[in-house]
Amino acid sequence: MAEKINNKSVFFNPFSKDNPVIVQVLGICSVLAVTAKLEPAIVMGISVIAVLAFSNVIISLLRNTIPTNIRIIVQLVVVAGLVVIVNQLLKAYTYDVSKQLSVFIGLIITNCILMGRLEAFAMANKPWPSFLDGIGNGIGYTIILVIVGFFRELLGSGTLLGYQVVPQWCYDHGYVNNGLMILPPMALIVVACIIWVHRLCNKDLQED
Amino acid sequence: MNKQSNVYTTIYIIVLVLVVGTALAAISLALKPRQQQNEDNDKRRQILAAVHLTPAADEVAADFEKYIVEQLVVNSKGEPIEGDAFTVNMAEQIKLPDAERQLPVFVCRMTDGSDKYILPAYGAGLWGPIWGYIAIDSDGSTIYGAYFAHEGETPGLGAEIEKPAFTDQFNQNLHLFKDGKFLPVEVVKGGVAPANGADYVNGISGGTITSKGVSTMLDNCLTPYKSYLEKLSNE
Repeated sequence: MAEKINNKSVFFNPFSKDNPVIVQVLGICSVLAVTAKLEPAIVMGISVIAVLAFSNVIISLLRNTIPTNIRIIVQLVVVAGLVVIVNQLLKAYTYDVSKQLSVFIGLIITNCILMGRLEAFAMANKPWPSFLDGIGNGIGYTIILVIVGFFRELLGSGTLLGYQVVPQWCYDHGYVNNGLMILPPMALIVVACIIWVHRLCNKDLQED
Repeated sequence: MNKQSNVYTTIYIIVLVLVVGTALAAISLALKPRQQQNEDNDKRRQILAAVHLTPAADEVAADFEKYIVEQLVVNSKGEPIEGDAFTVNMAEQIKLPDAERQLPVFVCRMTDGSDKYILPAYGAGLWGPIWGYIAIDSDGSTIYGAYFAHEGETPGLGAEIEKPAFTDQFNQNLHLFKDGKFLPVEVVKGGVAPANGADYVNGISGGTITSKGVSTMLDNCLTPYKSYLEKLSNE
């Protein structure tokens, strides 16, 4: 990490060049779990952005006081606390959304992006850049979730956000929804395709 | 102060846990009434959905008062017993033998004056619990409508049990009593009629375990009502 941190690159790099999912390969587990439909993917993305930004700020504020031996535990306590709070707030104010996401909100705790960013960035940087890093990585994660969710819902269910987009005459002429797209393995393959295209466009990311 | 010392580490973690714990407890207490209200209203919405009533979110409580004219608990002999139908814990009840169960019944008076009897059901899907409400006509046999919900079935597969494509099948004049025998509706694969002659609906392709779960749930949760429904049909 360079001495002087450029806030702009901290914010924008995770969108593509330093994307948490397709370059850092973090948070793959939840990409598989919540992307069968587009809507939960979007809400999950927003929740991760919120939790990631705030936990980054809190850890960054505490970074000089945290004893090295137990830094992971401290990070976990902060993340778990925030996730529970988010979950409680969702239950109280947007009950329908919380019902839809059910277990996935709790699963944010185990999202590797959180631990990864806390350990790699927030522990070593001031609150403001950490906040930007959290938002940036959250958005980078959400972009991938939305792309994967888009293709899986479109090809797997013929709908987008619950609305039918594949017209009925396609079905009348023998088009069938691909049930495989709804199963987790296809999420992995879609992510792999995204990585493939992404590396084709970014030669400097290609490994020998 | 040495930040790596054991004393510092211990105090640090204790303080941290106390702060986080207090914050969580406070938030939980502050939000509890609101959450409980949401949950109750959601339950009311589900019960009304079984009789095809879908009031807007802010009218659920009022509509529930308006349509549900009686809530009672019966036993497996069909006799009314003490208890609050709304708060019966179905997850615990389904584990008891039929004779010991508290069986909630919600009586709903429709705008045309007919009564529907809404019975709750609770069972297991593939990943977690599934539940539903079955509305039965006052003849004690014809199913008027059904509502199903789940906690975490696979979207696009098992989760389809909550969609109209599945639940609308229950609107097609299905009967619980066939020639005097009580046969709960079954969920079957590809329209193959059950051997015992029970009425059936089609399961969800790709959601076999959830579909079977619905079938088992209906069997387990409707069978104890047999005597009660018989009494209804004789009235």
